[in-house]
Amino acid sequence: MRKIKNLEMKNISKSFQGIFANKNLNLSIKSGEILGLLGENGAGKTTLMNILYGLYQPDSGEIRINDKKIKINSPLASIEHGIGMVHQHFMLIQNHSVIENIALGYKDTPFFFPKIKIKEKVLDFSEKFNFPVNLSKKVWQLSAGEQQRIEIIKALLNGADLLILDEPTSVLTSQEAKELFSILNDMKKQGHMIIFISHKLDEIMDICDRVMVLRKGEIIGSAETDKTDKKSLARMMIGKEVIFNIKKEKIPKGEKVLNVDNINAFDDKGLPALKNISFSIHENEIFGIAGVAGNGQKELAEAITGIRRISSGKVTIKGKDITNISPRKIFDKGVSHVPEERIKFGIAPGLFLYDNAILKQHHLDKYSKKSFLQYDKIKAHTKALIDKFNVSAPSINTEIRNLSGGNIQKLILGREISEEPSLLVASHPTYGLDVGATQYLREQLLERRKLGGAILLFSEDLDEIFELCDKIAIIFEGKFTGIMDADDKRLSDIGLMMAGSLEYV
Amino acid sequence: MYRLKVTNRDNITKTRSFMTNVFSLGAGLVAIGILFAINKVNPFFAISEIFANSFGTMYGIKETITKAIPLILIGTGLTFAFRAKFWNIGAEGQMLMGAIFGSWTALTFGEFLPGFIIIPMMFIAGFIGGGIWGIIPAILKIKYSINEVISTLMLNYICAEFITMLIVGPWKGAERFGFPGTNDLPGSAVLNVIPGSRIHYVTLIITILFASILCVVVYKTKFGYEVRVVGENPDAGKYAGINFFRTTLMVMVISGGAAGLAGVGEIAGIHHYLGHPASISSGYGFTAIIVAWLAKLNPLYTIISGLFFAGILVGGDAIQISLGLPAATVQIVNGMLLVFLIMGDFFLKNRIRIQ
Repeated sequence: MRKIKNLEMKNISKSFQGIFANKNLNLSIKSGEILGLLGENGAGKTTLMNILYGLYQPDSGEIRINDKKIKINSPLASIEHGIGMVHQHFMLIQNHSVIENIALGYKDTPFFFPKIKIKEKVLDFSEKFNFPVNLSKKVWQLSAGEQQRIEIIKALLNGADLLILDEPTSVLTSQEAKELFSILNDMKKQGHMIIFISHKLDEIMDICDRVMVLRKGEIIGSAETDKTDKKSLARMMIGKEVIFNIKKEKIPKGEKVLNVDNINAFDDKGLPALKNISFSIHENEIFGIAGVAGNGQKELAEAITGIRRISSGKVTIKGKDITNISPRKIFDKGVSHVPEERIKFGIAPGLFLYDNAILKQHHLDKYSKKSFLQYDKIKAHTKALIDKFNVSAPSINTEIRNLSGGNIQKLILGREISEEPSLLVASHPTYGLDVGATQYLREQLLERRKLGGAILLFSEDLDEIFELCDKIAIIFEGKFTGIMDADDKRLSDIGLMMAGSLEYV
Repeated sequence: MYRLKVTNRDNITKTRSFMTNVFSLGAGLVAIGILFAINKVNPFFAISEIFANSFGTMYGIKETITKAIPLILIGTGLTFAFRAKFWNIGAEGQMLMGAIFGSWTALTFGEFLPGFIIIPMMFIAGFIGGGIWGIIPAILKIKYSINEVISTLMLNYICAEFITMLIVGPWKGAERFGFPGTNDLPGSAVLNVIPGSRIHYVTLIITILFASILCVVVYKTKFGYEVRVVGENPDAGKYAGINFFRTTLMVMVISGGAAGLAGVGEIAGIHHYLGHPASISSGYGFTAIIVAWLAKLNPLYTIISGLFFAGILVGGDAIQISLGLPAATVQIVNGMLLVFLIMGDFFLKNRIRIQ
């Protein structure tokens, strides 16, 4: 007995602070079907699924199950209706055992002796879908793939007919991904329906019956996977043909500034995040790194600026080795850094504006004499910075937490550029900024390029990459799937390269 | 249904911050008054008696200053640790370790050396002792992620028991006739006092100097800047290339060292021998936490807040006897005030509205 034979979402809209995350979206799925949701980060995939799972309420639109309109107020209601979700980041308690975690999420867990009662049920399930689990192990002892299975069991035990998987393979090894796919195919045969969120084209083509492509909150297209090809899906995902008319002025590149030779590094979980990355950047050059977030961009920026250890390989600035030396020494060699998470890394929120204007530079002779800071000079510098970079702030004596994100970003960029670095590493410098601030920051980057700076730009915004960069590298799962000049015709396949389906090396 | 909505307050002015403290203390006193009333003591009389006994008489003022010396010195060091978000609850132990090092120096070398040599030696030894006791939890935290609240707190007891072991064992003095404690420090190692009081002015001068220097260090130097950045946002500190390990160690050397200096002051200025830990310190290391907090982590303000809490110690002792209140009165008064100060902090940082 399946609770859901078909499910429909009609005209769903949801906006956050005036910006549409979902705009008039329609979705339908029926028993025994795997539906892929494809799109870049921020396309609205997760928002849509959170609405279906009851975490958000839509501003308008309706959800229908078996042609009956229903309302989903909470995840609990969603579970009652037979919907289960496996989040990208698992919601498991690390210090508890597998069976305890399952008992915790199960609606019919008895108050006394919960483990004994549900043990049999769990074993039934794991047999039915042919995936073995060790119930007494603690969650922290399990691999990511095993943890994911626990999440799936939790959903199925609660009677989920529709299973939503948010980027399920992002944490899996390729072997684990294969195992997951065979489980999903078994479930499909038994009449379950699955919504599979991903930005990896190969997987979507592999496992899904149908695919919907989202971009900027809207559905761009939908197709049966056997009647389409990766290339056209990639185009839909990127949203346009790549435009090659670059307006910026041509400047001949100067001497080599940064050279990265075959570096490897691990992410915070100890998994390989960078795999044999090599490239170089010259004076008067902006080198862009395009890719879907989480494919190694953050780790690459951190490895170059000295925050993350490089496990093998070599980085040089103007011929001098900077591999694994301290962030301060790298800064002193002329490398500035606009960090990805600016509030987390770029500022000390409770300190004054002028304190933050010299973060990383306070040890320089111009701001300090012996051990003492020269506050008169620091304040003069801050005032100049605010004027030059259009930071709107009530005064330099306010705590920086009182500034808006855009103004904080302008201050950080100004701070980093004002040192006239040989290399500026800028991670998502315009992310989340309004149009005016974005344009202003981009002009500043071009200005820096004109003055002989080398810039390494990380961005998810392809418009930005094409508008600014002289050279573009595409990163996928810690590897470059292509490095080419910005006017290379092969860039029309950038979508495929970002999705890991095509490599030009 | 009414709902409380809590939002961050954007701009916190100095006036607002000061007034919040004043109101918190006022509210704390009201709560303490209620406790007095429950104990059938007239709250207005009791609270006014506290301050009359500490600030109202010459004797009271002298005693208040005497007790303020360790409170200010330790509190000043704690502002530094707290600013780096290192929750040092171990000042009591660091102070006792300072007392051990200071006494050892005096008992070993005091016989042969004049005061102007042995006294600086004792203070230096005390600073080192307190500093070592402060570094241990810092290393444990950075290298092995051991929570400093637990480790500093536990080190207090280890140090107290260590003193007990010394004074009934190897260091037990013949002059004590079987009672626990070392022999008296030699005369050259004893601090002079202002005549007619117990104010050991050498420590008082050290205290005021220490607070002033630390104030300059925090607000005017590169090192102070790094401490503030690390305390505000360790990730930004890492990004800015600040050496987290070295900064934290230095902070705890200074914080523990300040407490160690206070320990030497108490031994050389008041007790003149190393006795039972509970008699060396009546919880100065804990009260100093409140002193640092009330001073808004500004080292110079600890001079004012230290005097205030010394007054409560002196006045509290007095009313305990005159009004027949339980011995825990002073701790209760202190504890209540800390709770209200912390609550005040919440209202300072957030705006609360009823919807």
